[in-house]
Amino acid sequence: MIAMSTNNQGGNARVSSMSQVRTVTKYAFLNYFRARRFYVMLGIVLLVSGLLTFAAAYYRPPAFGFGSSTSSNPALTFYSAFWGGFATIVVILSVAFFGGDAISGEFQNKTGYFLIPNPLRRSVVYVGKWLAALGASTLILAVFALIALANGTYFFGVSVPYQFAESLVFAWVYLVSAMGLTFLFSSLFKSSSISILMTVILLLFAFDVIDTIASAVAGIEPWFSITYAGGIIANILAVPFPLHSVTTQFGKRFTLTTFNASVPEALVIMAVYFVISAALGLWLFERKEFTS
Amino acid sequence: MSGSSIEAVNLSKSFGSFAAVSSLSLKLEGTKCIGFLGPNGAGKTTTMKMFTGLISPTRGKALINGVDIKEDKKRALGSCASLIETPEIYPALTAREALMMLSELRGVPKEERTKRIDEALGKVKMQEWADKKVGSYSKGMKQRVNVASTILSDPQVIILDEPSTGLDPRGQSEVRDIVKSLGNRLVFMSSHLLSEVTEICQEVAMVDHGKLLVYDTIENVTAKFAGDGGAAEAGFSRDVDEATLARILRLEGVDKAQKSDPRHLSIRFMGGLQTQERLFGQLASMNVGIISFRETSTGLEDAYLKLIQETL
Repeated sequence: MIAMSTNNQGGNARVSSMSQVRTVTKYAFLNYFRARRFYVMLGIVLLVSGLLTFAAAYYRPPAFGFGSSTSSNPALTFYSAFWGGFATIVVILSVAFFGGDAISGEFQNKTGYFLIPNPLRRSVVYVGKWLAALGASTLILAVFALIALANGTYFFGVSVPYQFAESLVFAWVYLVSAMGLTFLFSSLFKSSSISILMTVILLLFAFDVIDTIASAVAGIEPWFSITYAGGIIANILAVPFPLHSVTTQFGKRFTLTTFNASVPEALVIMAVYFVISAALGLWLFERKEFTS
Repeated sequence: MSGSSIEAVNLSKSFGSFAAVSSLSLKLEGTKCIGFLGPNGAGKTTTMKMFTGLISPTRGKALINGVDIKEDKKRALGSCASLIETPEIYPALTAREALMMLSELRGVPKEERTKRIDEALGKVKMQEWADKKVGSYSKGMKQRVNVASTILSDPQVIILDEPSTGLDPRGQSEVRDIVKSLGNRLVFMSSHLLSEVTEICQEVAMVDHGKLLVYDTIENVTAKFAGDGGAAEAGFSRDVDEATLARILRLEGVDKAQKSDPRHLSIRFMGGLQTQERLFGQLASMNVGIISFRETSTGLEDAYLKLIQETL
């Protein structure tokens, strides 16, 4: 949808859409970086990291690979507890903070009236803002990863398990996918608070509830859920990788089934979520009208 | 800068069953200012939004310099700048950064950007605030930056939707001066201030209920619809008594005279400028204590009221 053209028009150069995307990204990123929300999000990550660091240093719990831990790889156990347990939450909060109102804000705050009546396609605004939100979220995720790495190196030495790198990549892929979904919600609603709330509720609670109901009650693998796919961020840090399905018997009548997506399956789910939500979000934004 | 045009071809916009703009056909071309008039809800802003890609027409075409905005928005708006309603600017950016963003998006040559931004901010008297965050601006200051954004890229066509909204009287006067200085461009400007339109524009298009009522030069519209007459307010140094009022009513050409307060009279008269001049002289020579005589109605206002009333 983004074409290249550089013809002259009216004394001004006709700017290629790619170049316009770079411009929108640059200023949207600058706007994020200067806005209070970036520092609020950074504060949340620092607070969570600080609490985890304090818990690790002061209590040295076995769950973090210390002392009486039965783990054969205490460093991996540490990264699993510190990073694996919280990376998805950091991703979800980041996409809500930076992507939740990226498009809806153009309507509610009327900034769209400044940007849209210019010689650019709406896809330029969508892609530019998407990249800026992804950049800001990546920065936040990187801060959390660096703190996890610093703690892991301090407590368990410089030999960092390769699974942490894999988990980091999966977390970023999950971020890309979740950002696509967030932009869909942002295009769907004209109210910033509704689009942010919708993102948080769905990604933080609703999908998890659906996953649990589908697997535990109906015995169906929740392949349709993005949070199910996001499970690989933590699962890759478990050795061995959890079984695809685990059925637990409770008494004579009740069984509880839990599913774990394999890495290829999870990556496909995330890719499909990204492609569909990005396309649908852009389609909605292209057609949405700036009515007061 | 010749060959600029804005054209609506059977342009229509409906919101559900409500027709905001109905089969509007209008071609504006050349280098001049055209006032776009109509009461609230007449379809002015909706029309302008269709010309700038903020909303899509239900039917018909909106063309700028012959290019359909729906077919190729990027080319259509390449030489057109606009100010629709009162846009908000990203609050964490400074005015300079916001204008730099637009100049990059609009393809202003890199070496000219800083100079053009300084000039545009200078025109709207915002140089001192150029490097402060927009979030700290008042509504009027934001609107000044919005006005600056429309002249930044030296466009051939400028669409302005009530550009003086939110500005103090000084700001309104400055915006009028800016628009007047845009000489060799096609300016399409909506406004509720008829005196502003009379001062700035050469032509007017009037709409109501989404339909075009008239499009012509201000002189022709006034001559055709305003009738032969005018109105003025006269101020006196002492209370106007009934005898004085009766004498004024008997003056040739005076159609109506009534007190707006004890020392002011609203006078309607038949005839043009010559009648107005004669009337002023006669009032002065009557020794009734007249200290001011101010025209209160323009021909355009009369034409507007007559045309809009006809469509009610």
